[in-house]
Amino acid sequence: MTTQHDTATSGATAPPEVPQQPANAKPGGFAATDVLINQFDGGPDTVERALNTSDELQPHAELGLKDDEYDRIRQILGRRPTASELAMYSIMWSEHCSYKSSKVHLRQFGEKAPKNTRMLAGIGENAGVVQISDEIAVTFKVESHNHPSFVEPYQGAATGVGGIVRDILAMGARPIAVMDPLRFGAADHPDTARVLPGVVAGIGGYGNCLGLPNIGGEIVFDPCYQGNPLINALSIGVMPVERLQRKEAAGVGNVVVLLGARTGRDGIGGVSVLASATFDEGAEQRRPSVQVGDPFMEKLLIESCLELYDAGLVVGIQDLGGAGLTCALTETAAAAGTGMRVYLERVPLREASMSPTEILASESQERMLLIVAPEKLDEVLKVAEKWGVWATDIGEVTPSETDGQPGRLVISWNDHIVVDVPPGSLADDGPVYARPIREPADLILLQADRAETLPRPSTPDELRETLLRMIASPNLCDKSWVTEQYDRYVLGNTVLAQPEDAGVLRIDERTGLGVALSVDGNGRYTRLDPYEGARLALAEAYRNVAVTGAEPIAVTDCLNFGSPEDPAVMWQFAEAVRGLADGCQQLGIPVTGGNVSFYNQTGAAAIHPTPVVGVLGILNDVARRTPMGFPPPPTAEGDLLFLLGDTECELSGSEWAWVTHGHLGGRPPKVDLAHEQALGRLMAQASEREHIVAAHDLSDGGLAQVLVESCLRRNVGARIMLPEHDAAVTPFVWLFSESAGRALVAVPRGHDKAFVALAAEHNVSCVQIGVTAEEPVLDIHDQFTIGLDEVRAAFTATMRNLFGGPAEGVTRQIAAVVEAAELAAAEPAAEVEAADDDRATGTSVTLEISEPAHPASGPADEVAEVPSGPDADPAVTPIDAEPATAKPDDQPESKA
Amino acid sequence: MRIGVVTFPGSLDDGDAARAARIAGADAVRLWHGDPDLHGVDAVVLPGGFSYGDALRCGAIARFAPVMETIADAARGGLPVLGICNGFQILCEAHLLPGALTRNQHLHFRNRDQHLRVTSTSTAWTNGFTEGQEILIPVKNGEGCFVADERTLDELEAEGRIVARYTRGNPNGSQRDIAAITNAAGNVVGIMPHPEHAVEALTGPSLDGLGFFTSALRYLAGSAAGGQLTGGAQR
Repeated sequence: MTTQHDTATSGATAPPEVPQQPANAKPGGFAATDVLINQFDGGPDTVERALNTSDELQPHAELGLKDDEYDRIRQILGRRPTASELAMYSIMWSEHCSYKSSKVHLRQFGEKAPKNTRMLAGIGENAGVVQISDEIAVTFKVESHNHPSFVEPYQGAATGVGGIVRDILAMGARPIAVMDPLRFGAADHPDTARVLPGVVAGIGGYGNCLGLPNIGGEIVFDPCYQGNPLINALSIGVMPVERLQRKEAAGVGNVVVLLGARTGRDGIGGVSVLASATFDEGAEQRRPSVQVGDPFMEKLLIESCLELYDAGLVVGIQDLGGAGLTCALTETAAAAGTGMRVYLERVPLREASMSPTEILASESQERMLLIVAPEKLDEVLKVAEKWGVWATDIGEVTPSETDGQPGRLVISWNDHIVVDVPPGSLADDGPVYARPIREPADLILLQADRAETLPRPSTPDELRETLLRMIASPNLCDKSWVTEQYDRYVLGNTVLAQPEDAGVLRIDERTGLGVALSVDGNGRYTRLDPYEGARLALAEAYRNVAVTGAEPIAVTDCLNFGSPEDPAVMWQFAEAVRGLADGCQQLGIPVTGGNVSFYNQTGAAAIHPTPVVGVLGILNDVARRTPMGFPPPPTAEGDLLFLLGDTECELSGSEWAWVTHGHLGGRPPKVDLAHEQALGRLMAQASEREHIVAAHDLSDGGLAQVLVESCLRRNVGARIMLPEHDAAVTPFVWLFSESAGRALVAVPRGHDKAFVALAAEHNVSCVQIGVTAEEPVLDIHDQFTIGLDEVRAAFTATMRNLFGGPAEGVTRQIAAVVEAAELAAAEPAAEVEAADDDRATGTSVTLEISEPAHPASGPADEVAEVPSGPDADPAVTPIDAEPATAKPDDQPESKA
Repeated sequence: MRIGVVTFPGSLDDGDAARAARIAGADAVRLWHGDPDLHGVDAVVLPGGFSYGDALRCGAIARFAPVMETIADAARGGLPVLGICNGFQILCEAHLLPGALTRNQHLHFRNRDQHLRVTSTSTAWTNGFTEGQEILIPVKNGEGCFVADERTLDELEAEGRIVARYTRGNPNGSQRDIAAITNAAGNVVGIMPHPEHAVEALTGPSLDGLGFFTSALRYLAGSAAGGQLTGGAQR
């Protein structure tokens, strides 16, 4: 597919005073030149006009700029900003782009970073890059797309995937996988039935179409996320070390090329720009909206960028995401200290009537900005044409000032100079705030309300019932309803994927080099103690990677919090960052990049502070990765099961306290990072020496959950004899405590002595708790026995019951969308401002929801034919049901 | 033996199909959608993915790609062609195979390890299996529900052209549990699940997918020796 089909829409003759389109730009498409200039009231607001009308009132407050920030802009420019400049400053100085509230805290990640020779690029780049062999580097990062996904779940989540993938691509890497840590409100809340299916379909729809395996993530439900679901997306890419790309717009005279999709009005207002009526009174058709993703275009963009890198045709590259061209132009120029001259009328547009300000603010997806040597421009255009993507010469790199100052970014639109700024003032010199912090007033009481004092089950029957109730609870139940909607096989290098502890990828087919990746967070722990909670999240991700046998080497984080203007939230943030930075220092693995998402708050109610931590590990021989499922026992006697680490009575913040008592209080489990390191080394050596055949990290839900998951994975039973118990550590505590630093391993007979000795060598406590069994039962000696069929039934039914058999889910969802649209219409406007973060979606909350939110929904008549509701004809379910119960005869339309 | 794998814009499993061909012992040759030259390959795989972004209908545009015109002619002349997932959709759009692949009945993309029963071993791509053999390979699609009119379905059954059926659960609502079909000559096979993702113990649920590629090599060796299993003459 080439761009020829677009030529039909072009053909507007440029007015004579407008510079001709450069010959090397691609033809066709709407151009800004199609617009009558007088549409903007005598033309756009130019620099010249700004000089002559210095007293003109400007809507800076509506754009989110404080009075003193606005004064500073005037000071920097020595005049009032033009409308376009004002928009650019408001975007770049927004919380999302400038990190103005978080910067003072995030510095710790650099200051406390352990010495590390692997890191080739770190914080401040599009994504961190770590070298994993002499020739190969990987880059990975997690990012949020929370607010757009609440407004429009499908596109919000889809473009979240697209955005993080372009970050990876911009570093010079081929993206090779994605992961999605997701948090939703209460599982049974009607709005969750709107948000979750849309988000999952969006992630799948974009990632699957991009050909990226989805190898893991999290799905967590908690009422605190009801109005603020957390949609985080992680991507990882791989590159030859020498292909690392830079974002600097270096080389005076080099060409600035915009590559990829045409620019439309989508996403404008993402950072509350243009929300002002002063800009445009009759704004109906210009309503900003959620960005709309086109994964096919992104796939072509990936292939063309990689081809450009390999041919050495690119001097610098930056992706366009939040803040669009504004961000890409200012960051690339500021990074190089050069100036830039840009001609906005050359930008290919989807809508001809876009103003220069809109072009600069658009967050249209699937675009990249390239810096290209002039003599290589033709080759670049040829590659773009081969893949059928637009490539347009939109300007050139200009020298720095004669006095040695960095160059200026000068942007014109049809001969009108609309922007003339020092790019560094936008990209680097934004405001920085040390916001007030104050421990939440309720924390002392909350911590005093310990879950260890709650009534606990004790009889065998009670324990059995508790186990079944726990594994069927929304946070612990089987998530294949979700993960089956993601392609985990594409690219053919997925060695482990969800529900395993970590995703494991083969990186090099020749050498067997691989990586393991896990993302984890626990908002409840962080609510109870943000410092320890952040360290617990780090410890869990670290452990998840380590149990596969990999060596953890680097960290990325997505810090999801409420409003930074609330001192209590800011305190949580400061504590969590301090905990994470200290933890990384102690573990000796650096934070390589990440993202902060503030304003996850409805009214005064903030979400639980939720730092989500991703840890990357290396496996020199990926074939020796340790999976979590018990293998079928080689003999009737079974493999030996050992529990590593110490179990204490730690129930505060646990899944058990939440599921059975709706309780949150006390202090989270203790975390000992030195022990985590020892456990990690033990796991790596044990896998190298082939002492273990399965390993599973203990976390939410404790030992009971781990036993269930490891048994069900390959339908292998286990007979468990809980170690000696005392008054503190009862059978209940053994099964449901969430003490950190633990793992369950299966050791083949004959290896047990060596394994126990190895554990002792690493000073990791190790106790045998049972054996695997051929018979499909989970038997807890002296307590209870449950058949795995019953366990599986409890474990797997929940998501389907909540979100329906697939067909039911769709009809329910449509009803929910309508309801949500009505709900959203009633939302107070103030909430919209919260969307400052996340390339957010501005004022469009009520606008787009009534559109079919879910391409998967299909036409209405198709839906109508499918029985729905809880009492639906069972004929529909077999497609989704367990294989054993599926009979072709039960399927509608399946027979004559 | 040279097995060509076509890359369309939006093809995703092309590298995996090439890898599978190599593991089976063939030389994998990458073919480009815009280049009608088949570069002397002995067989062709149309891989999975979202060619042209599934615009209009899955496979509807790929069918008109320059390379497809050559492939369609060659297939009518006996060239072994395997269409996997999107490739199956393209073969149906190109009328090299009957029927159509529609949206999964439950309207979701579905990725799982899927049991199939091989019901025809007289094709270029399944002659290495035994009749009735149960195999396990991944399925992953959003539009994999095979539909055709009753007469076509009856014909396919009567002529033994249903190559594989879903067993232990139908993942997408396909009529008569159809997972794979062939043309009358047996050289063109379309399959919804992904054999190329079941060729290595490390990354797949089984090695069952390899049989499709080794079957093709066996078929080609047989053709070269003059004794054809089924179907028309080599190109």
